[in-house]
Amino acid sequence: MARHILRRLLMTIPVVLGTTLIIFAAVYALPGDPVQTLAGPDRAVTPAMAEALRAHYRLDEPFLVQYGHYLAGLAQGDFGIDFNETPVSSLIAAGWPVTVRLALMTWVIQALVGVGLGVLAAVRAGRATDFAILGGSTLILAVPYFITAYVAQIVLGDRLGWFPVSGIDEGWPRSYLVPALCLALLGVPEVARLTRASVLENLHAEFVDTAVAKGAGRLRVLVGHVLRNSLIPVVSMLGLTLGTLMSGTILIEGIFNLPGLGYQAFQGIQQHNGPVVVGISTLLVLTFLLINLIVDVLYVVIDPRIRLD
Amino acid sequence: MCAMAVAPGVFSGWFGHGDPRECTLERSGQGPAAGHPFGFDIQGCDLYSNVVHGTRDSLTIGLLATGLSFAVAVVLGSLAGYFGGLVDQVISRVMDIFFGFPLLIGMIVVLQTFGVHDVWSVSVVLALFTWPSLTRIMRSSVLAVRSLEFVTAARELGAGTLRILVRHVIPNAIAPVAVLTSLSIGAVITAEAALTFLGVGLTAPAMSWGVQLNAAQEYFTEHLNLLVFPALFLSVAVLSFVLLGDCLRDAFDPRSR
Repeated sequence: MARHILRRLLMTIPVVLGTTLIIFAAVYALPGDPVQTLAGPDRAVTPAMAEALRAHYRLDEPFLVQYGHYLAGLAQGDFGIDFNETPVSSLIAAGWPVTVRLALMTWVIQALVGVGLGVLAAVRAGRATDFAILGGSTLILAVPYFITAYVAQIVLGDRLGWFPVSGIDEGWPRSYLVPALCLALLGVPEVARLTRASVLENLHAEFVDTAVAKGAGRLRVLVGHVLRNSLIPVVSMLGLTLGTLMSGTILIEGIFNLPGLGYQAFQGIQQHNGPVVVGISTLLVLTFLLINLIVDVLYVVIDPRIRLD
Repeated sequence: MCAMAVAPGVFSGWFGHGDPRECTLERSGQGPAAGHPFGFDIQGCDLYSNVVHGTRDSLTIGLLATGLSFAVAVVLGSLAGYFGGLVDQVISRVMDIFFGFPLLIGMIVVLQTFGVHDVWSVSVVLALFTWPSLTRIMRSSVLAVRSLEFVTAARELGAGTLRILVRHVIPNAIAPVAVLTSLSIGAVITAEAALTFLGVGLTAPAMSWGVQLNAAQEYFTEHLNLLVFPALFLSVAVLSFVLLGDCLRDAFDPRSR
């Protein structure tokens, strides 16, 4: 176990270096003035700001030295300075509670609804319920979630007035419910399909027949035997959906004005505030890598067979 | 069914009538009128011809970006799968790095730093982040084919490595990648719309659906048609590529039914 975790940790190191190097290279090393790149192509940079950025990233030093300083900064929680000369880390500190709340709520909805629908479809395989769930999930996949979010905002918030249109003034959970539902639409179809396939595979396994033969009730067989074995790939899928979920917060928080990390990135893009976009994206990428690492380790805990290779 | 699913997406560019750039400001935001079934956008342009002409840029990006990453995937995937060893190690590690990015976030960072936002540059950036998943499938597919008898037979008969790869390995390994490619066209079109909507993707004078959604985003509440029609076309196009992918999978792999 410890060896597996250690090996997985070692494998993450080059990935962390690679992703940060790509981000760094894209921003600071492409031809042209990095200060202008950060500002966006058609925006005047005040001399004071240019000076601060140049000093901050030591832009007159060799590339690898610059990259080293950038990495050392990241390790200490320094994600750069934005165009209002505020450190991006203070924006992050203000934004993360909102994003974590939104992401957790979305994740729970995704897991419950996705697994529930998947099991239902598998148990009713080949019947109307199954076709409805499969067809519905294809439709949901085809409609971009930011469109759904606008429609939900206009219908549920503006026209019907059941939920707040935007902002977090009404607190948790009312202000978060509609955004979380819209964001969950991203993962639900995939989770449901995977659960369905996995449950279907196990429904006719020998250990299920054994359990039925021993006289276990229908529900007990389904939950205790089929689900326990079927959820292993679903768990890893749920971990991976966090990546798309984090990209999704940028659009969803932007649309619903939830003042989280995604909202700040959204604002950063709209105001051409490059350092904010790059800083928050870097944080999200690193978080994603960390979550992947945790999911991989959990995977081994759930399914000991994987340790063999 | 496959043909029906794709036809409207691919050919709708030919049904456009009226000039999408002929606008009258006094008709700004008006609802449907005779000869203008979808109404007018904020600039007073005919929304129907805008949406129809938007098809071209959206589909071009979808096909171009996926085509690029498909080409890269076939080449790199075959090399990694067939030769193994150091080549495989290098290609796989580079893929790992790209898998480390949540898709949209990687694209935002790179596009944010680009000066030009035309069809080509956006497609290249989209391809930059879609090739790894296609390459991974190609690699494992080649790995499975590599050790089959007919490949060994070809090698024993004295065929060169290139000939074996092009004539024997790739044609037999390409089906799963083709399926995934069709699915990813839909995903790429959605990603373009999302990026453009955010403001880092295409910019006018390009005319994709994302550009129209981006231009209208502050007016959705008053003028619902500005949201509904581009979104409808976008969804139908994506749906048709998803269905095409499903059909291809059923055709190549009857067991999955």
